[in-house]
Amino acid sequence: MDFFDRFAVPHPSFLIYAAMVGIGLTMLAVVVGITYFKKWGYLWREWITTVDHKRIGIMYLLTALLMLFRGGVDAIMMRYQLAMPENTFLDSQHYNEVFTTHGVVMILFMAMPFIIFFFNFLVPLQIGARDVAFPRLNALSFWLFFMGMGLFNLSFIIGGSPDAGWTSYFPLAGNEFSTSVGTNYYMIAIQIAGIGTLMTGINFITTILKMRAPGMTLMKMPMFTWSAFIANVIIVFAFPVLTVLLAMGTMDRLFGTNFFTTDNGGMDMLWANLFWVWGHPEVYILILPAFGLYSEIIPTFARRNLYGYKSMVASMVVISILSFVVWAHHFFTMGQGPLTNSIFSITTMAIAIPTGVKIFNWLFTLWKGKIQFTTPMLYSILFIPLFTLGGVTGVMLAMSAADYQYHNTMFLVAHFHNVIIPGVVYAMLAGMTFYWPKIFGFMLNEKLGKWTAWLLTVGFVLAFIPMYITGLDGQARRMYTYSESTGFSLLNMVSFIGAAIMAIAFALLVYNIYYSIRYSPRNIGSDPWDARSLEWSTHTPVPEYNFAITPQVASTQAFWDSKKNGHELFKGDIEKIHMPNNSGLPFIMSCMFFVFGFAMVFSIWPVVIVSLIGILACLVYRSFEQDHGRYISVEEIKETETRLRGAKNEGR
Amino acid sequence: MKLKMKWILLTMVITITTVLTACEPLLVLDPKGPQAKTQADDIMLSIWLMLGIVIVVLAILVFVLLKYRASKQPKDYEPPHIEGSPIVEAICIGIPILIVIFLSIISVDSNYKVEATPEGYEDQEPLIIYASSSNWKWHFSYPEENIETVNYLYIPEDRAIEFKLYSYGPITSFWIPQLGGQKYAMSDMVTTLHLAADQPGEFMGRNANFSGAGFAENTFEVTAMTPVEFEEWVEEVHETASPLTSEKFEELLEPGHLGRSTYTGTHLEFSPAPEHDHGSTDNNVEEDSDIEDHETHDEEDHSNH
Repeated sequence: MDFFDRFAVPHPSFLIYAAMVGIGLTMLAVVVGITYFKKWGYLWREWITTVDHKRIGIMYLLTALLMLFRGGVDAIMMRYQLAMPENTFLDSQHYNEVFTTHGVVMILFMAMPFIIFFFNFLVPLQIGARDVAFPRLNALSFWLFFMGMGLFNLSFIIGGSPDAGWTSYFPLAGNEFSTSVGTNYYMIAIQIAGIGTLMTGINFITTILKMRAPGMTLMKMPMFTWSAFIANVIIVFAFPVLTVLLAMGTMDRLFGTNFFTTDNGGMDMLWANLFWVWGHPEVYILILPAFGLYSEIIPTFARRNLYGYKSMVASMVVISILSFVVWAHHFFTMGQGPLTNSIFSITTMAIAIPTGVKIFNWLFTLWKGKIQFTTPMLYSILFIPLFTLGGVTGVMLAMSAADYQYHNTMFLVAHFHNVIIPGVVYAMLAGMTFYWPKIFGFMLNEKLGKWTAWLLTVGFVLAFIPMYITGLDGQARRMYTYSESTGFSLLNMVSFIGAAIMAIAFALLVYNIYYSIRYSPRNIGSDPWDARSLEWSTHTPVPEYNFAITPQVASTQAFWDSKKNGHELFKGDIEKIHMPNNSGLPFIMSCMFFVFGFAMVFSIWPVVIVSLIGILACLVYRSFEQDHGRYISVEEIKETETRLRGAKNEGR
Repeated sequence: MKLKMKWILLTMVITITTVLTACEPLLVLDPKGPQAKTQADDIMLSIWLMLGIVIVVLAILVFVLLKYRASKQPKDYEPPHIEGSPIVEAICIGIPILIVIFLSIISVDSNYKVEATPEGYEDQEPLIIYASSSNWKWHFSYPEENIETVNYLYIPEDRAIEFKLYSYGPITSFWIPQLGGQKYAMSDMVTTLHLAADQPGEFMGRNANFSGAGFAENTFEVTAMTPVEFEEWVEEVHETASPLTSEKFEELLEPGHLGRSTYTGTHLEFSPAPEHDHGSTDNNVEEDSDIEDHETHDEEDHSNH
């Protein structure tokens, strides 16, 4: 009986049981639905085994939206719990689980796949490539990430969620103080997803360095590709730290080592240090591609070229270097003395300089432009002042003596949401709206889109600005309750109202997708925004091989030049195209990782060993497999081109 | 559309400033001691400076949006191609650099202030108080006075106080907002926090770092009183309180919440603080004491289980 006891949620409630039933029914409905419509074969051939960067990208997007929903529900529950003093909606344990999963889900399983979706979909198109450098590795990256995500979410219904915060500081996260398997899930699920992300980093660095179209020198790359390149370099430098860190944490929890324990020479500060050595660059992994997207959208709708291309690139390089030398600002209060604090205080403030350059460059891009207020542009314009506010509060936090008062308070919570939401989330929504026609062949409704952006902004301001104030009034973060006498209740209620408005905005976004699928016109051509870079020069929907003829590039905005200045993009004749074959191996191997992870969480060693052998067998099989890909014949390409061009002409 | 945005941001700015300046003062901005004063001054200074930056950015944004929106331009207007100007960009880099240098100087100066005996109190011996946390309580040991309290803290006003912080469990953070910022308490080292109260009063103190299920209620009360009153209190404790035995202390360490309690003697005698230098200037003598420390620690921990 003991064996099965471990799988029970240690601290169940009505909400959790209801969610279990809900999840069970949904899964059942999905399986029944797929079987009923006989879609298993389609799913396997077209999606599960695909190595096409565009389809992998779409799967990342779907995962990200799903996780945005899950993390959003967590957020609403937290805000509701704190809306009133001494609320009993959640108890302490549940609240701790909710804020832990909210953090992990939003950063690692929402924001990360969202940016990787853009890497996948955009980078090959922007550089005129047919796919990424290692298509099968790309599929493996996705499936590992997906299984990690699945494993993490499973904690909710089997065994209990982690409850030590998304930072999971030891010794709180150690066996002594976190007795449930929740933190095992944290260590292992993030590990599996993290390996996938690390491979993504390697893949995209190679792709960008080796597969650019002829003529596209590094300094002629579109800005998003630049940002993706730098973000992936940071991934490759930062994620190994996470891998090692999680391995050490796993060993502490499962194999009795003492890296972070309170006795036997363990050092709890070591976890905090290593966590942020990865964690700080991680936030730049998120924000740089967001900057890249804004740098695509703002010039398009200002109808001008991006101001200061070189300084944009330089500032990103500087940010990427600085991002590795600021980690101690996450714990100025650890007692490392005034000298260390002063050094990290200055390096942190220094990040404001390259970031400021970017803000001014966007402003100067608008200057002398002809500004069109489309939905993506609206997000970008709202981003500038809101992100500036988040940025300057970051400078305030960087003043280490004052940080003794901000640290661990709602002021900090307000700050990082203030940079992540207008910075990353707005960019993701703006980018999604902007590229939606390229991905799916129709536009999202503009009116609904603008409503979403405004509602989101009103909700954001109401939800997070009050936190700056309650933080300065002494409200610590991660408190599941507070007493009436603290006087926090009014502002927390305002926060809850803001969060509710943001939820409405999300619902509106979902409705917009539904509405546009049903009613949006399909004959929009391949370049509905009159945009500037290479991804808009191919057909919509994008054919499997992206470009029938590899484009020739001579400037940073090659497609614009071809439209306005008579630059010829596609020279020469169509030739047969070499493409990679689909493969089920990444999926199968990732499933084994899932089993391995689950068995590790519950220390079921026989299963661990069997799944490890399975993973190894997949690796060996892959090593001896002879797969040279396939060719798409000239006739087939011509046929596809005529069909797609026909569709476009109809639209015009 | 632009108007709406302007309004939202304006309301935002106004709300912040009114709440910060008018109304009831926020704890952090209502300092009752020199360290908290230094921090509050830094905070207010940076708020005004940063507000200036936000307003400049906002003003430029609103200006370009109003001037260059498509509906105001002639139909055939073709925006020019502008690569970027070294002078403009130098200004965009130069001004932030000046601001950062200015703030760096203030930041470094304040760092050394908050990490030393509070200004104006250097002439007297600081009062040393060991503050240790356990799930989810605070234990305050006064070694010189030879007394110990749980969940409340009495301090004399106008005297520098040196808190020695450590933890019997997860990392916690010792924070009395009106006297000064927080610092971590950890299980394997002792950190030092310098505070002082320059007037009598009652202040909120809490653990600010998440430490598990009982974290929200992990608070304590601080009372600053005149030195005479403090002496009287110490004497009264010695007359009325019972001695703290190691059995009693073990009991206190059990996870949970407790009310206030007072003892004579401190737990430092039988359960010393983990005071050893990590890494730096390790000579042999210290090394030895290190090992001893660890050994005693181990014993405690085992008896804990």
